Amino acid sequence: MQNSTYAIETKDLAIFYGAFQAVGNVNLEIEHHKITAIIGPSGCGKSTVLRAFNRMNELIPSVSTKGVVLFNGHNIYERDVDPVEVRRHVGMVFQKPNPFPKSIYENIAWGARINGYTGNMDELVESALRGAALWDEVHDKLDQSGTSLSGGQQQRLCIARAIAVKPDIILMDEPCSALDPIATLRIEELMYDLAREYTIIIVTHNMQQAARVSDYTAFFSLSEDGKRTGQLMEYGDTKTIFTNPGRKITEDYITGRFG
Amino acid sequence: MSQAPSKFADASLQVNRRHVSGKLWLTIFQVATLIGVVALTVLLLTILNDSFGYVAVENKVDPDSLAVNGIPLDAQDKETLMQTLRANISAGLYARFERDQPFAERDAANVYALIQEFVISPRILESWTLYDSLFIREQISETLERDFPNAELQFRNWLSWNFVRAQQSSYPEIAGVRTAILGSLWTIGIAIAFSLPVGVGAAVYLQEYAQDNQINRIIQTNINNLAGVPSIIYGMLGLAIFVRAFGLFTSGIAFGAVDPATANGRTILSAGLTLGLLVLPLIIINAQEAIKAVPNSLREASFGLGATRWETIWAHVLPNALPGILTGSILAVSRAIGETAPLIVIGASTFIQVDPSGPFSKFTTLPIQIFQWTTRPQGAYHHLAAAASLVLLVMLLTLNATAILLRNRSRRSY
Amino acid sequence: MAIPTPPVAPLRRRTRIHEVIIQGLLFLCGLISIFVTTGIIYELSKEAYLFFGYQQWLPAHKPLVADIAPEQTLFEVGTQGPALEVGSHYRIGDEIMLLEAVDGALVQMQRGAQQTEPIAHRAGLTLSREVNPNLLEFLTGTAWEPHNGRFGILPLLNSTLIVSSIAILVALPLGLATAIYLSEYATPTARSRLKPILEILAGVPTVVYGFFALTFMTPLLRAIFGSGVVEIYNMASAGIVVGILILPFVSTVSEDALSAVPRSLREAAYGLGATRLETAIQIVLPAAFSGIAAAVILAASRAIGETMVVAIAAGAGPNFTFNPFKAAETMTGHIARISGGDLSYDSLDYNSIFAVGLMLFLMTLVLNIISQRIVRRFREVYE
Ligand SMILES: Nc1ncnc2c1ncn2[C@@H]1O[C@H](COP(=O)(O)OP(=O)(O)OP(=O)(O)O)[C@@H](O)[C@H]1O
Ligand SMILES: [Mg+2]
Repeated sequence: MQNSTYAIETKDLAIFYGAFQAVGNVNLEIEHHKITAIIGPSGCGKSTVLRAFNRMNELIPSVSTKGVVLFNGHNIYERDVDPVEVRRHVGMVFQKPNPFPKSIYENIAWGARINGYTGNMDELVESALRGAALWDEVHDKLDQSGTSLSGGQQQRLCIARAIAVKPDIILMDEPCSALDPIATLRIEELMYDLAREYTIIIVTHNMQQAARVSDYTAFFSLSEDGKRTGQLMEYGDTKTIFTNPGRKITEDYITGRFG
Repeated sequence: MSQAPSKFADASLQVNRRHVSGKLWLTIFQVATLIGVVALTVLLLTILNDSFGYVAVENKVDPDSLAVNGIPLDAQDKETLMQTLRANISAGLYARFERDQPFAERDAANVYALIQEFVISPRILESWTLYDSLFIREQISETLERDFPNAELQFRNWLSWNFVRAQQSSYPEIAGVRTAILGSLWTIGIAIAFSLPVGVGAAVYLQEYAQDNQINRIIQTNINNLAGVPSIIYGMLGLAIFVRAFGLFTSGIAFGAVDPATANGRTILSAGLTLGLLVLPLIIINAQEAIKAVPNSLREASFGLGATRWETIWAHVLPNALPGILTGSILAVSRAIGETAPLIVIGASTFIQVDPSGPFSKFTTLPIQIFQWTTRPQGAYHHLAAAASLVLLVMLLTLNATAILLRNRSRRSY
Repeated sequence: MAIPTPPVAPLRRRTRIHEVIIQGLLFLCGLISIFVTTGIIYELSKEAYLFFGYQQWLPAHKPLVADIAPEQTLFEVGTQGPALEVGSHYRIGDEIMLLEAVDGALVQMQRGAQQTEPIAHRAGLTLSREVNPNLLEFLTGTAWEPHNGRFGILPLLNSTLIVSSIAILVALPLGLATAIYLSEYATPTARSRLKPILEILAGVPTVVYGFFALTFMTPLLRAIFGSGVVEIYNMASAGIVVGILILPFVSTVSEDALSAVPRSLREAAYGLGATRLETAIQIVLPAAFSGIAAAVILAASRAIGETMVVAIAAGAGPNFTFNPFKAAETMTGHIARISGGDLSYDSLDYNSIFAVGLMLFLMTLVLNIISQRIVRRFREVYE
């Protein structure tokens, strides 16, 4: 019964750390099965917005969220919505690879198990690892600790872990910032493949990366009123944003004349 | 061209002086540090000094004369030992032993102990420390000839296997610490069974659930304060609550499991619970530290997969904090094992010869035993206190070594 | 483009009963510590309150001069012993009377006080006076003999303070010097050798320290100062050994405070040409002062609460003396000795040790709170 047009849609989203407003006035529509990049200068609230999409901000006690975030047309901030359910559908890959200090197999199986997966676990582990393009490298050492892999492999393991629970959306917060160019390239290719099945939202500082992989780009920046509140400056087709930005500030940022 | 005269004193001279005073103070710091080392050495030497040494012993019956068919006493089986015992003591006494505990239920070691105590009946008339035994041997011999002409001079190792195995006795020559060791193990077992789950639970609550509000702040401050309450106060709490107010339960009366020898709340259970309360703040604080050390990225990864809080704690936080929690708990246990004051207050028994049979038995523990022997005026008891201290120190050392091993093995990278 | 659309997720909150139950249980675990504190305060206060209300009858050495009738309120008594006090209760046999006036040997009593029956008494029967511990006497009296109606805690408090002062005098310089050495001078190897020794020293049970005090420290003191001067049980020996006992504590916590001082501060001093000693004493030590102060206060609280060493080595029996070579029982030693005997509930002894215990608890609590305050302020400076 998916009749909502957007995977994620925010209306007047505003997020506060205590009394400090980190972002405000965010109105964003994210398409299904597309890769959307969020770019912007450091501290403008990209991570904060991303973490609002699966209610991860709630783990920080001081955070309060205003406005609406629709996931498939449902406001996930409604009172009777369970954040645990939200996160099961909106998975996340973090900036620093953070595999569990368990075996590679367990890293993937655990999330599926707590989400009530009853099928063949071996198959699931294999398909998740294949989906994350990691299977060939680790299929003979599944009982090794996830922390024993290289950084790039760890990050792909985290992606495998995320897709094993079959989310609708995968949020990625600078997933390549701790990786070398080759590992980065592999992850980018992987994102491309994943976009066929998942909606992907990625935060990145790397302009080329955003231009290369994303279909849409959202540019955030700090408001100019001195309150240091992050705001959505421009949003649209990646090609348009990068070739023909509508605002001066966007152009400055993209061409590196920012700041 | 004239230079302005420097306003500093002759620099090289001054620096020299400063370095000399620096050296002097360094020596002072080193000596002070060394005093700690010396203190520990002297403490250990004092204990060792009292654990070995000559004793002047007089036997009522020569143990060699009790050999049967050439088999020495300590190699005889239970039957032979029983015959030897019966032959050498009055029928009345034998009947009394039978009444105390039927011979059928006693083992060979027990009968052997009876023979030691009532037949051979060695009496230590005088004892010397290791230092005296090594360096004033002649004087010892003189004293022996002058004061105890019938006694035999033996070099005694007070910390013998027999000492560890034997029961408490009012005769220092055969007294041992088995009852006390068992008592210690029982009380510690109960203390841990109570305080480990509760302590870890409280730590998990404070680290993973508690929001920064009034009640949780009070709980945290309160735990820090409890850690500083003198142990004897815990003894008074235990006396008032466990022994007195809940005497019906701690004595076992409420469960119909009462030990007829006790029938009051001064039981192993009360002692264990009191020690449990005593180490609770330590366990909580240590477990909190261990839980804090689990990196937040693991929690985020888990939540990001749609795990609930408890699933996250159970699958990731606790397993990763476990080595730290165990290390902290072992340290807490070592603290509890050495505690004496609270157990005196809640009423450790001064003299028990029967092994504790359960949580409702009367109790004594190793430190209590050391305390009682130390406070006896007769010299022989001091040797017992020293030997028992060694036993206690060995127990503690084993525990701490385990803790250190655990700590080193668990230094994993995330 | 026909993109398969994902189904709408049932995001509705599931009731996870077991999560709620677990959280509740964990909260209870946290709450137990509150129960413990409440229990301590309640029990100590209750029994201490009973102690101050304890009614004890001690001989007043005032025999009746003549037989008295039940309704007779004026009569004569002997005059030896301490004077009678108007307004106090007296007792003959089963009857309690209230003294309304006294004139030489002549007393005026309200008969049958406190719901007792006025009855006739024979000549020669002697009055007992009511003795009630009161707070003022408790805090200022110089004799602690509850069974003789003397309830001054000063002898116990005094020896507790003397023993703790000696302990601090031993532990503070040694502990501080050790901490400075370990944190500012020692090589990593030296540190790794010395720290375990301090840890072992900290792990030795206090009863073993007691044994050490009695069998080593006391003979040593007697050999140095003469056995005529130093009693077999004495406060000095106990104090020194308690000092050794808290030494690792002082040095470890002080060392932590010293190491918490940022490197940049030291480097600034070296950069000005300061020697290591000058840096340590004039820059690092003052910067870590509050952390060290907290350590010392906490150590003092430990010393005050330490029981076994004093119970074994400081002597049994309250004694109001300032001579550290004399035997004098401390508060903890007293509690341990009295409760070690056969103690029956609601007796004067039972209640009295709780009054002493309450005093002890409050003293250590105040010290702990002060030290925590200091630590918090110290943290704020460097974190
Ligand atoms: N836990 C927190 N508590 C308080 N303020 C925070 C917290 N996390 C972020 N902030 C503030 O919120 C604002 C936005 O932070 P956020 O991490 O979302 O920025 P970002 O765009 O992701 O930056 P970067 O590119 O450096 O990752 C910043 O001003 C930051 O200081
Ligand atoms: Mg960020």
